[in-house]
Amino acid sequence: MDTFINLDHGSGGLASQHLIGNLFLKYLTSPQLRDLEDCAVLGEYAGRIALSTDSYVVDPLFFPGGDIGCLAVHGTINDLVMRGARPLALSLALIIEEGFALDRLERIIASVAAASEAAGVAVVTGDTKVVPRGKVDQLFINTSGIGLASHRHDISGKKAQPGDAVILSGTLADHGITIMSCQAGIEIDGGIASDTQPLHRLVGALLENDAGSVHVLRDPTRGGLATSLCEIAAASRVDIAIEEDRLPIKPAVGTACELIGLDPLYLANEGKCIVVCDRDGAEEILQTMRRLPEGRDAALIGWVGEGRAEGRVSLTTRIGGSRLLEPLTGQPLPRIC
Amino acid sequence: MNLAEGFRSRGVTAPLVAEIARSLERPVRIMEVCGTHTMSIFRHGIRSLLPEGITLLSGPGCPVCVTPASQIDAMLAAADREEVTIATFGDLIRVPGNNRSLAGARGRGARVEIVYSPMDALALAQREPARLVLFPAIGFETTAPAIAATVLAAERMGIANFAVIEANKTMPQALAALMDDPLLKVDGLLCPGHVSAIIGSKAYGPLAERHRLACAVAGFEPADILAGLLSLIRQINAGEPGVENCYTRAVAEDGNVRARHLIEQVFEPVTSEWRGLGAIAASGLRLKKQYRRFDGLARLGIAVQPAHEPKGCRCGEILKGRLLPPDCPLYGTACTPMRPVGPCMVSNEGTCAAHFRYGTGGTRRMAAAG
Repeated sequence: MDTFINLDHGSGGLASQHLIGNLFLKYLTSPQLRDLEDCAVLGEYAGRIALSTDSYVVDPLFFPGGDIGCLAVHGTINDLVMRGARPLALSLALIIEEGFALDRLERIIASVAAASEAAGVAVVTGDTKVVPRGKVDQLFINTSGIGLASHRHDISGKKAQPGDAVILSGTLADHGITIMSCQAGIEIDGGIASDTQPLHRLVGALLENDAGSVHVLRDPTRGGLATSLCEIAAASRVDIAIEEDRLPIKPAVGTACELIGLDPLYLANEGKCIVVCDRDGAEEILQTMRRLPEGRDAALIGWVGEGRAEGRVSLTTRIGGSRLLEPLTGQPLPRIC
Repeated sequence: MNLAEGFRSRGVTAPLVAEIARSLERPVRIMEVCGTHTMSIFRHGIRSLLPEGITLLSGPGCPVCVTPASQIDAMLAAADREEVTIATFGDLIRVPGNNRSLAGARGRGARVEIVYSPMDALALAQREPARLVLFPAIGFETTAPAIAATVLAAERMGIANFAVIEANKTMPQALAALMDDPLLKVDGLLCPGHVSAIIGSKAYGPLAERHRLACAVAGFEPADILAGLLSLIRQINAGEPGVENCYTRAVAEDGNVRARHLIEQVFEPVTSEWRGLGAIAASGLRLKKQYRRFDGLARLGIAVQPAHEPKGCRCGEILKGRLLPPDCPLYGTACTPMRPVGPCMVSNEGTCAAHFRYGTGGTRRMAAAG
């Protein structure tokens, strides 16, 4: 077998078949994928179907805590579960730059397979394209996922109610700071790693016995916690107040943010969710989350305001001051000079 | 617990806040010089904790904000050259020249890379010998020593495809020019911690004496800033303005002699154009004659055009503390963080961006008190 991907691998001819047979199917083992048909046909499901798609262009492809492969699986699973849907199946499409090393591709496919197996959500259909060198940066992945929406819940960013509690499932900014410090070539003592992980089990546990106290679920990916809260406040036409003291953040992440000049409230998370729920149900929800590893650091971080709402998000700082949180403008840029 | 934690705990800050409120005898106007102070004040909500009588004005201490658009245009002209890679601090990426920014140029094919230190730019030049790597030398006395050291390293290592774009500025001359403005009414100066670490707290002595101006050198944590404000209020109350160093863990009276020596070895003072403030004698740094070959714009034959401000932009008066952001006709309408017109909106730590981002509560209070 070749050592590098070349344009033949994307031709649809023998080299493509070789790649699919020897590499993709070695790791991705769902019967639908093995059939090599033009599309996958799934079983019969009763209920509302949820559909989501996301493209992954992360640089570097491999980072502490994960890689583009598992990230592409977790991200789409999480987008489905944020509407209370149970993920059923994934598609996987790759656009690969000519000259990409096959052993790196193999590591990525193995990571996709491990993530999908761990989450119990199979890759049932896929596609591979190879483009000439320089037409794409190494490798891009798109995954789509379908899921079955819960018939007992109607979870949406529009459903936050005055008086609701706001919970965050774990520590802030782990993914964003990991990627940015990789890009900057900065090594942080104490270890930082991406939080990429699927949240289907956590959300499943929350919704299993829930009779409607969970109103909003949102994974604060790009734009970070602050931007996600602003979106919820605007969509639900409520004010949200959070407290800096209550925000879980790893010390190494806090230090790295200070060093590079970034605000952790605006950095991406890839395995965390915001839960907006009835005040009365908040304690039970917190306990349920904390029983699972992915919700171990869950914390109540604030409240939806009671009174007249302007769609604002405010933060009470650790020294007792207050400030408004705005959505992220542009990309987060390091501040040096 | 890291070192900064203690300076952010309510147990430390609350007594300082209470003492400030107790000590304030009359309304005071205090200018925080440094952009990092401005950011910290907003980020920690410090303004919301201060009594009504304290007006905080943001001075000319954000290096990106005081860089004239014409100088950005010159960097863009360099970026357009086929053989050039601009390696810059991220701070500059979105700053508009008269028409576009480095981010825009990058989108249309220019090579623009973000680096975290000038030495990274030199390493890039080593890796890519066929390209001319230009580092915009932006910043005050805080970045100048590292830039000087990088120029010396480039010379020592014989790296010919590295150069800088001269843009460094120095603080004391700008502050002196600002304070000479009879319209500027400031009782106290919160002096920048990082710059002071280089130039030393005694650098503010002449300013304090000449203008009877209370000066306090302060760090950037909430407790640092509050302690600095308290020092200023006490000096103003006593009618004995001077220079108090409230940041002794980083700033010595003489500053960092070695870092200053590096600057003096490579650079010499030159008249420099400050966005909003105009030309100020001896307030910029240019390469000394023996290092001129590291002048990137000269190598490319690009000249910086005379500066002119965008129409309607009041950044100059805002930088001087004469106007508050909402007083500018462009603020929040033509000029927003998404589409910045003036420099104060461009940088995260620009006064207008900070006002826009962190809310109107502080703005209203400032306006009422100002």
